[in-house]
Amino acid sequence: MTLFDFLQRLLGRQKPSGTMAKERLQLVLAHDRSDLNPELLEQMRREILEVVQRYVEIDLEEGDVSLETEDRVTALVANLPIKRARPLPALVAAAAAVGMAQAPDAEPAPQELAVPLASEPAEEPSPADPD
Amino acid sequence: MDAVTSASPRIILICSGKGGVGKTTLTANLGIALARLGERTVVLDADFGLRNLDLLLGLENRIVYTAQEVLAETCRLEQALVKHKQEPNLALLPAGNPRMLEWLTPEDMQRIVAMVAERADYVLIDCPAGIEDGFKNAAAAAREAIVITTPEVSAVRDADRVIGLLNTRGVAPVQLVLNRVRPKMMASQEMLGVDDVTDILALPLVGLVVEDEQVIVSTNRGEPLTLNGNGSPAAKAYQNIARRLRGEDVPLEDPSKARRGLRARLMNKIRKTTGLF
Ligand SMILES: Nc1ncnc2c1ncn2[C@@H]1O[C@H](COP(=O)(O)OP(=O)(O)OP(=O)(O)O)[C@@H](O)[C@H]1O
Ligand SMILES: [Mg+2]
Repeated sequence: MTLFDFLQRLLGRQKPSGTMAKERLQLVLAHDRSDLNPELLEQMRREILEVVQRYVEIDLEEGDVSLETEDRVTALVANLPIKRARPLPALVAAAAAVGMAQAPDAEPAPQELAVPLASEPAEEPSPADPD
Repeated sequence: MDAVTSASPRIILICSGKGGVGKTTLTANLGIALARLGERTVVLDADFGLRNLDLLLGLENRIVYTAQEVLAETCRLEQALVKHKQEPNLALLPAGNPRMLEWLTPEDMQRIVAMVAERADYVLIDCPAGIEDGFKNAAAAAREAIVITTPEVSAVRDADRVIGLLNTRGVAPVQLVLNRVRPKMMASQEMLGVDDVTDILALPLVGLVVEDEQVIVSTNRGEPLTLNGNGSPAAKAYQNIARRLRGEDVPLEDPSKARRGLRARLMNKIRKTTGLF
């Protein structure tokens, strides 16, 4: 660590490089493990927002769809702050647009959806031959 | 052929994804350490395009045959196994000749490992870098694996790829060795910490090897550190890995968190201030 780095850290301007390494790895591994590149993820994000917007008004600035990974399980996490539910006629139209017969309840949706991706087994396969 | 055959020998792939992180060094040292503990051990150099397990073991001048000739039945297995002089429990089997890059298939690997396994307690397979054919061949006969990595982003990322492949192949258990640890850098958080790496890769840790100049010295000599009871930190780490593999409960200490004893710190301080000894 150089004196400059040390001062930067003291002033809270820079994280230690080990911490940065961990954060960067977690992000890149979430993508590696799901086989989704940033471009595909961005496309998926846009499409998800589009669908959700038909039902509820969401804060696009705050909205976030990302991959998170823990213990070799990767999850797609959507955090979409809802401003308000759409009025009923709009909902019916939205339902018709996606081919649903009935309008869904206008209850506010849960704000966070975590969908585990099935790219890797959460549990290790049983050992071929225990000694 | 030996009268005693073990019921289920341990067949362990030593792999990393990224090159140059310490697979061959681990294979050589672990092989010697296990042999010294009385285990009949065969180390198989599956990295035959760029083989150097023979060099690390000091056996480079004694190779006549390889697994290739054994499978072609131009020699017997005993002729191809190169016994280590000082540690007769250890034998090296080169998979092939650097000039014959094309011959090895996963089936070849399974056949040769099955033959070797009849007369060994441990078979360690030194895997080539990468995740292509070389890896697939080397992994074909493995039951379990040790993934070795260093605390660096690229090595950890590549290790993760390999772990994914091992999982889908049903190789288990897969354990982790963290190599070239620099305790000071870790303590000041300028390097990924031990917990960071084990959290990210979600594997049980079977060994921690610090960065140690003695590794280079021993490589120069062709005498693995574990051969002569060398007391260097890396030597101890390799011995401990061997013991843990055999099921012994050897505590793992994170060297970046280990606090030196009061006396050692005091002595150090006196040394620094007086410059006496
Ligand atoms: N703990 C250590 N301390 C210091 N040097 C080390 C340590 N471990 C390995 N090295 C050095 O790192 C280099 C690479 O080691 P090694 O050949 O074992 O890696 P490898 O993974 O087998 O490489 P490859 O992918 O090319 O087969 C060697 O020069 C070795 O001496
Ligand atoms: Mg090697």
